[in-house]
Amino acid sequence: MMPVTHYIWLSLALFSIGVLGVLFRRNAIVIFMCIELMLNAVNLLMVAFSTYLQDAAGQIFVFFIMAVAAAEVAVGLAILIIMYRNTRTTDIDVLNRLKW
Amino acid sequence: MTGYLFYFLSFVAVISALLVVSSRNPVYSVLYLIVTFFAIAGHYVLLDAQFLAAVHVIVYAGAIMVLFLYVIMMLNLNTEAEQHKTNTLKITATVAAGLLLVILVGSLRGVEQLTPVAAGQEPIGTVKNLGIVLFRDFLMPFEVASLLLLAAMIGAVMLGKSDPTAETPKSDMP
Repeated sequence: MMPVTHYIWLSLALFSIGVLGVLFRRNAIVIFMCIELMLNAVNLLMVAFSTYLQDAAGQIFVFFIMAVAAAEVAVGLAILIIMYRNTRTTDIDVLNRLKW
Repeated sequence: MTGYLFYFLSFVAVISALLVVSSRNPVYSVLYLIVTFFAIAGHYVLLDAQFLAAVHVIVYAGAIMVLFLYVIMMLNLNTEAEQHKTNTLKITATVAAGLLLVILVGSLRGVEQLTPVAAGQEPIGTVKNLGIVLFRDFLMPFEVASLLLLAAMIGAVMLGKSDPTAETPKSDMP
């Protein structure tokens, strides 16, 4: 089995790529995908530690993260559809009314 | 053998994650994200979490990504209409994400002294073991998760419903 540091580096790289996407893109759907990427990086790290410490609770947490992610995507995409219906775009720079 | 598989899957995951961020067409982003999810599922198999790998492929690649593709198709977004950001913003975002990576790697430096616990006679990632743990120690969170999914379903239906003020029947008019 690979040492746990390799999994830590891989997960941190995936998480940072997700953060980069959120900062970098302006299409709201792609930003959602990058959030999914970050959730998956955390999931991978949790499974890695769960296997290393032989504790099944980490894998149960991953189940719950998957359930929360599914709920989040369903509601988020519904909000996105409303936003598209009102503004005819998914560009987040249009949504600047709360910006100071 | 496991080492080669690990490096191959990591390479695939990181490269396709970068392609998710960098491709201009949202449909390509979704497809690259599916590749990333399959690579992560391969990592789960390497980590002896076979059931979680199956659930991951079913839930993420099967359900969530189809939802994304469906919304992109419904909103007709498969064009490359996204405007370019300025170079300053691109460099700032890259530097910020890189600094975050450095901070996270630095904050997790002491973990390499962690000694792995020897595996018992039964692997922990089996359906049987996970089911026992889930329904014995985590029964309450499991029920709350079902409530959360119900609330999300009702919320998505309510939000996705068309605006009631926009479709008043004409017969109401005098």
